[in-house]
Amino acid sequence: MIPGTYLPTEYLPILIMLLFATGFGVVTLWVGRFFRLRRPYAEKLIAYESGNPPSAPPRFRFSIKFYLIAILFVVFDVEAIFLYPWALVYDKIGIFAVVEMFLFIFLLLVGYAYAWRKEALEWER
Amino acid sequence: MPENKTDLKETTREEMAYEPYTIAMGPQHPATHGVLKLDLELDGETILDCKPTVGFLHRGVEKLAENMSYAQTLPLTDRLDYIASMANNVAYSIAVEKLLGIEVPLRAKYIRTIVMEMARLTGHLLWLATHALDIGAMTVFLYCFRERENLLDMFEEICGARLTTSYTCIGGVRQDVTGHFLESLYSFTEDFPSKIAEYETLIDKNRIWLKRTQGVGVVSAEDAVSLGLTGPTLRGSGVEYDVRKHMPYDAYPYVDFEVPVGSKGDVYDRYRCRMEEMHQSNSIIRQCIEALPKGPIRAPDAPDLVMPYARQKRVVADATFASGVIKLMEDTEHFIEGDVYVSAEVPKGELGFYFVSDGRGVPYRMHIRSPSYIHIGALPFLCKGQMVADVIAIIGSVDVVLGECDR
Amino acid sequence: MELLWILIKIIIVFTVVMIHVMYATYFERKVIGHMQVRMGPMRVGWHGVLQPIADGIKAFFKEDIIPTAADKKVFYAAPLICLISALSAVAVIPFFETFAIANINIGLLYIFAMSSLASYGVVLAGWSSNSKYSFLGGLRSSAQVISYEIAMGLSLVGVMMLAGSLNLSDIVHAQMQSSYKIYLIPQIIGFFVFVVAMFAETNRTPFDLPEAESELVAGYCTEYSGMRFALFFMAEYIGMIVMSCLAVICFLGGWSGPFEVPGIPFFWFILKAYFFIFLYYWVRATLPRYRYDQLMALGWKVLIPLALFNILLTGTIKSLIG
Repeated sequence: MIPGTYLPTEYLPILIMLLFATGFGVVTLWVGRFFRLRRPYAEKLIAYESGNPPSAPPRFRFSIKFYLIAILFVVFDVEAIFLYPWALVYDKIGIFAVVEMFLFIFLLLVGYAYAWRKEALEWER
Repeated sequence: MPENKTDLKETTREEMAYEPYTIAMGPQHPATHGVLKLDLELDGETILDCKPTVGFLHRGVEKLAENMSYAQTLPLTDRLDYIASMANNVAYSIAVEKLLGIEVPLRAKYIRTIVMEMARLTGHLLWLATHALDIGAMTVFLYCFRERENLLDMFEEICGARLTTSYTCIGGVRQDVTGHFLESLYSFTEDFPSKIAEYETLIDKNRIWLKRTQGVGVVSAEDAVSLGLTGPTLRGSGVEYDVRKHMPYDAYPYVDFEVPVGSKGDVYDRYRCRMEEMHQSNSIIRQCIEALPKGPIRAPDAPDLVMPYARQKRVVADATFASGVIKLMEDTEHFIEGDVYVSAEVPKGELGFYFVSDGRGVPYRMHIRSPSYIHIGALPFLCKGQMVADVIAIIGSVDVVLGECDR
Repeated sequence: MELLWILIKIIIVFTVVMIHVMYATYFERKVIGHMQVRMGPMRVGWHGVLQPIADGIKAFFKEDIIPTAADKKVFYAAPLICLISALSAVAVIPFFETFAIANINIGLLYIFAMSSLASYGVVLAGWSSNSKYSFLGGLRSSAQVISYEIAMGLSLVGVMMLAGSLNLSDIVHAQMQSSYKIYLIPQIIGFFVFVVAMFAETNRTPFDLPEAESELVAGYCTEYSGMRFALFFMAEYIGMIVMSCLAVICFLGGWSGPFEVPGIPFFWFILKAYFFIFLYYWVRATLPRYRYDQLMALGWKVLIPLALFNILLTGTIKSLIG
């Protein structure tokens, strides 16, 4: 096949489905505009904070405790992506590739064990 | 933020990193069990500080009582812990009886013990229902309400009201119990242990439940005592203090029951304590029904205040006093000067009534030691270092009701 | 002509899915109701069968409240992102032998991609509402994504190894030819990891932390009302249906069954998918909710090691057998 000539026609239905779903969402909301009530007033439009006026803006420095896990996520997600093609051609590749992949997984497990040991998976309370 | 620019201090990076994120939980929040407001300071979802605000349901019961005769205040006690109002009625009555020096007949004592334990069951059932719902176990909620409904129906049978019972009166109870009531209650107590087992199958050994409750909101025995916790919340920490055992009132000296205590003082132990208490209450009810003596239900020397307006007529004929009730009570000279503190074990803990009497027919001062108020005071201690989801579990486990707290 | 056929297929699938979404809410209320010794909806129509229609009408005519502090554009877009990603994931599901809107060779990856896109909608909804409870809900959702995405991806690697394809139809065909007919038995570990991750991915009990109603008061959708809220709701239920279908395709042999049901080629598929949807309800009626850090610990300390172990085990056994 000449590069650049392949037209992924089997993805056409997906594109149509995407457009259809977008259309459904947008049209339902848009049509609804003409039917639903609209009686806003200041108190109604206040963000909910258990019946109190918002005490401070919510977009404030917020400590997410899982940033280490988020970094580990990137590492492991890439690993999962590496595993997919390997898994697909598992039957066709020789024992060499299998052993190699097992080594890869083993190395990752070592890294994982290290992260566990270093308490990267623990939450600092 | 400081008002003036000059007030701005040099903020270190350390301080900036830990500048807390504040969030108000309540009063309009589904899991604060009423109109409790908690101002939380968060670091991530970890609680740095928790400031409870109460008083949204303040109705001035204590002040109202100063302008009403002792009997008129009784219905107000229904509105304290409206989940188990029968227990409040009993607690109030025994306090007033102590002040008056009235000895209640044995049958009334037994009936009161029965209704008190029924109230404990309704209270604990509602506690379990909401506590489980807060943690996410939805089904327990409806299972508990099924049995609570039966108990409320029985309340209706003996006094005509399901929630605001006002069943007791000073010196006894308002109406005698009937055979049908006793039979249906007895058959209820026969089934009830199996119902408790049913709740326990859903949550007792559930791993998620254990994870959410064990090691959460731990309070040691010393801390629990110094925070003034009472009831199952205290006993979960391993302190064996129960007003029913230590200062027995009504028929509690005559019945045989145990006081379940926990050991670790976490949410799970408090949960276990209450579950065991339900079994104990069940057995107390059975013992009382079996041993229920015959006899009068009201003390002969009790101020006849069941129907105050009937008495008033007679006094109006006397035409010396504007209020017949007060006249009547002053006539019988039951009221002594002085003060009295009497407490009873209600589902939430130790509910105490403190009266200062100057000899008139109305209390000079009534103070209610409400367990919920004191338990809410312990929330900052319990919540510190826990997570937002744990706050919900802790509020559930200390079992507060805001009607009693704000009174 | 082909385009018309595609459109007809899309409309059929869309209608069927939407009816299932509507009645999934109805049956959820009924099933949970009966599990909780009550009746569920009873008022609208016979045994409340018209309840979902009444709900739809209500949502449609309800006031659309947009908080003043909200980030308007993102606030508008968030429910659409959820709905579009959930709906377009349906496109690759083969309901029976010859019926899938798009029979693409990376169907499984596509579903993964779409289901992780849906969580963007949730995170953005939490962010744009500019309310603290929504914000916490959005953050919890992102924590959930980074804990369960990997477990979900890894749990299906075993299936890929056995089937040698990412095409969903091919996976079903490969299962039909395998010795057990379904991958449930050789991939039992993978199946359990997948089911747990599936619950987390669709934000259902016991992992419904982003919308934990008792803590965060509906979390990310606290500020949403009317039709916009209904779109989130639909997206959640479509997500449930997609995940149930994926579980059926990857582990329970898709449309294949012990015997052919004449005239209804999708009989077994639907039956198995209903089982998973019922499982969602059942779990919701039974289990309490996890806490945020416990959920991450479960994902990272239990599910990921299990999934990796499953890959190694599958690889070893497959190498040994040949």
